[in-house]
Amino acid sequence: MIGLTHYLILAAIVFACGLLTVLTKRHAIGILMGVELMLNAANINLVAFNFYTTGEKLDGQIFALFVIVLAAAEAAVALAIFFNFYNNFGSVDVDRASELKG
Amino acid sequence: MQIILFYTFAALTLIGAIGVVASSNIVRAAVQLLVALLGVAGLYFLLGAEFLAAAQLVIYVGGTLVLIIFGVMLTARASLKLLQPTRTERALAILSTAILLASLITAIVTTRFAQIEPVAHNAYLVRSIGQALLGDYLLPFELASVLLLAVMIGAAYLAKKRAPISREATR
Repeated sequence: MIGLTHYLILAAIVFACGLLTVLTKRHAIGILMGVELMLNAANINLVAFNFYTTGEKLDGQIFALFVIVLAAAEAAVALAIFFNFYNNFGSVDVDRASELKG
Repeated sequence: MQIILFYTFAALTLIGAIGVVASSNIVRAAVQLLVALLGVAGLYFLLGAEFLAAAQLVIYVGGTLVLIIFGVMLTARASLKLLQPTRTERALAILSTAILLASLITAIVTTRFAQIEPVAHNAYLVRSIGQALLGDYLLPFELASVLLLAVMIGAAYLAKKRAPISREATR
């Protein structure tokens, strides 16, 4: 029987993949993809807890819905910033963003 | 049946997630992300969250991912080969992620969660979600609408083409 632990472990692995993507990718949009993976892992946790521990209430699902909305908003702003960066530097390598370095 | 479906969707999610990490080509990573998002949508179906699964398909797969692919295409002139991390960076990243994953899984396995028997299928799921959004969660719901408006204006302003900032400032 599939229980809460299965979902939690799956979410932990997906979160680790997202973190590894953020840490190893230098392409700015690749980092954004890693963030999306991490948000999805958090969402799996929220929905799984909602299903297995709260019964009739829907708090976990509502939380996950807000996370999806915020992820969409975050992606839009992040891409706008990347376009600006690309116009100024001609590259999307995040290591080039060192103008403010003292 | 439920077990087979869980492992199918879990495998889909994991294949996608590992593919995003492993692929050095950014377009391939976007396609793998699509696979992972579809797997997560299937898991939502299994967890009795049909509305959320549909929202995941419409907003994530139909919206966010398309936005990301547009971003990849609009910045495609940048050379992709140079954007690899060095060997030390990669080793450090893998080490820290492995430590995090090990501690997370240890915590999950050793904790005893107060589980109840999952309730039967909620036939009025969408109605309940609508009542919750306009009842208990009215304030975050309205804040989300203000946030989306701010994001729309902010993104349009930020993405506007203009001369590089450094030269403008010196004049």
